[in-house]
Amino acid sequence: MFPEDILYAKSHEWAKIEGDIAIVGITSFAQEQLGDLTFVEMPAVGDSFNAGDEMGSVESVKAASEIYCPVSGEIVEINEDLEDAPEKVNEDPFGAGWMVKVKLSAQPEGLLDAAAYQKVTEAEAH
Amino acid sequence: MPFVPHTPDEVREMLATIGVNSIDDLFAEITEDMQPRSFDLPEGLSEMEVLSRLEAMAAKNVTDRVSFLGAGFYDHYIPAAVDALTMRGEFYTAYTPYQPEASQGTLQAIFEYQTAMTRLLGMECANASVYDGGTALYEALMMAVRKTRKRKAVVSEALNPIYRVMLESYTTNLHIELVTVPHKNGRTDVEGLKAAIDDETAALIVQNPNFFGSINDFTELFAAAHEKKAVTIMSAYPVMQTVLKTPGEMGADIATAEGQSLGLPLSFGGPYLGVMTCTKKMVRQMPGRIVGRTQDTEGRTGYVLTLQAREQHIRRQKATSNICSNQSLCALRALVHVCALGEMGVKRAARLSIERAHMCADRLTAIDGVSLLTEGPFGNEFAVTLPVNAYEAVARLAERGYIAGFPLSRYYTDLENGLLVACTEKTTEEQIGIFAEMLKGALR
Repeated sequence: MFPEDILYAKSHEWAKIEGDIAIVGITSFAQEQLGDLTFVEMPAVGDSFNAGDEMGSVESVKAASEIYCPVSGEIVEINEDLEDAPEKVNEDPFGAGWMVKVKLSAQPEGLLDAAAYQKVTEAEAH
Repeated sequence: MPFVPHTPDEVREMLATIGVNSIDDLFAEITEDMQPRSFDLPEGLSEMEVLSRLEAMAAKNVTDRVSFLGAGFYDHYIPAAVDALTMRGEFYTAYTPYQPEASQGTLQAIFEYQTAMTRLLGMECANASVYDGGTALYEALMMAVRKTRKRKAVVSEALNPIYRVMLESYTTNLHIELVTVPHKNGRTDVEGLKAAIDDETAALIVQNPNFFGSINDFTELFAAAHEKKAVTIMSAYPVMQTVLKTPGEMGADIATAEGQSLGLPLSFGGPYLGVMTCTKKMVRQMPGRIVGRTQDTEGRTGYVLTLQAREQHIRRQKATSNICSNQSLCALRALVHVCALGEMGVKRAARLSIERAHMCADRLTAIDGVSLLTEGPFGNEFAVTLPVNAYEAVARLAERGYIAGFPLSRYYTDLENGLLVACTEKTTEEQIGIFAEMLKGALR
């Protein structure tokens, strides 16, 4: 159901760790809950966050919701494609819909694996 | 009758239900020292008494002066249709209803207004309006601050001083730096502005025609600002935009305007209309309300408020602005005004105003000791240097029923003899002739 090679936050962001860089996005469950996205507001390159800090927001046809950074570090790249094509998050949340790349300032903590995150989504869906 | 829906008995009953003795008990939480001691209001009067009191006050107004006063607010002709249509009960309300299921007419009117404003200024998006031109400019600056995450604005001193005062006062506690670049004899100092823009600049703010009436093409300046990633903001005089290069054509990111010249009487300073337009890229920073056109489930056209995630009622702490009013009735007047005149009509008003102003400038500068203060192209307004203090000249002509213009020294202390003179399509050749003769006499 959820990719095994990445980590998840309870607030429905995911992080794929590649060396000292984490690629971050929101999960397939999150985009389903939101519906069609109309806008992704992202942080700027150079911004620093602690895990759990708010770093941006997503707007859909029915709601607006904050995005929290699942890891601590500095933003080194943002997915500029989302500016004109936020629907990429709906179409491919774990791939082309990635949001930011973070240079880690600390090892990720308190994130869930796919199975644990699966349980979180099941609890929320009921 | 007093406009209070409850009888004393009903009030007593409600208080008893809540379990308090008096209405004052309901405010007991507000300590004595925080309560107003008195509102100092006189006793009420009957309708008849109020009317006669107000009529007596209104009779003191002087309404038959010939005026050459502009400075950002202009006495253009307003077609009779504007009053007739906007005073209809469906529109004539202080409250703007936005519920799409009940207010399609109001929403469509706002949508059409937005469309008219974007076409007039050559921009892509408009909001439903804000209080006035100065407020629109401040909100535009804040859009730039949010977009760029920088806190410095480069402002032309040839921007309407009223707006500059407003920007200063609105940003007093917001840690925003305003860098003012001096005007050059009433010209906007394009090179000076260019030099003042750096990597820390959030916004460049200019005006066209500027406060002195002089006209610029800011295309290159805006391109230079964009190179430094600054947001370009232009305050525009809407009537003139029909014959000038528009802010959109020059590459402005945001264009604002005082909409008074579109169907609103001068009316002693208000209510006026703040026009806000921007590029599509900036639209999510736009404050206030935006009406969009969509389709319902059956494919029928409908109008709704859109992009509401920027608004206070969705995410209060995230709202783009705390402005929650628009000037719907004034905006409607602007819409009816431009529709009644049509594109050619607004253009004609602009051309006539310009023609009259140039005739007036020729007549005034033919007087010994009077010269143009500002070189270069101007629209319906221009500045002259008189051989005497401008306040004196204005006072002398006021005695004869003519308002000569705006003494520039009120805001530009070194221009004691500077007078700003405006014409509209209402200004007649005869009035210009009399004005010139009177001024000549007054300067002897």
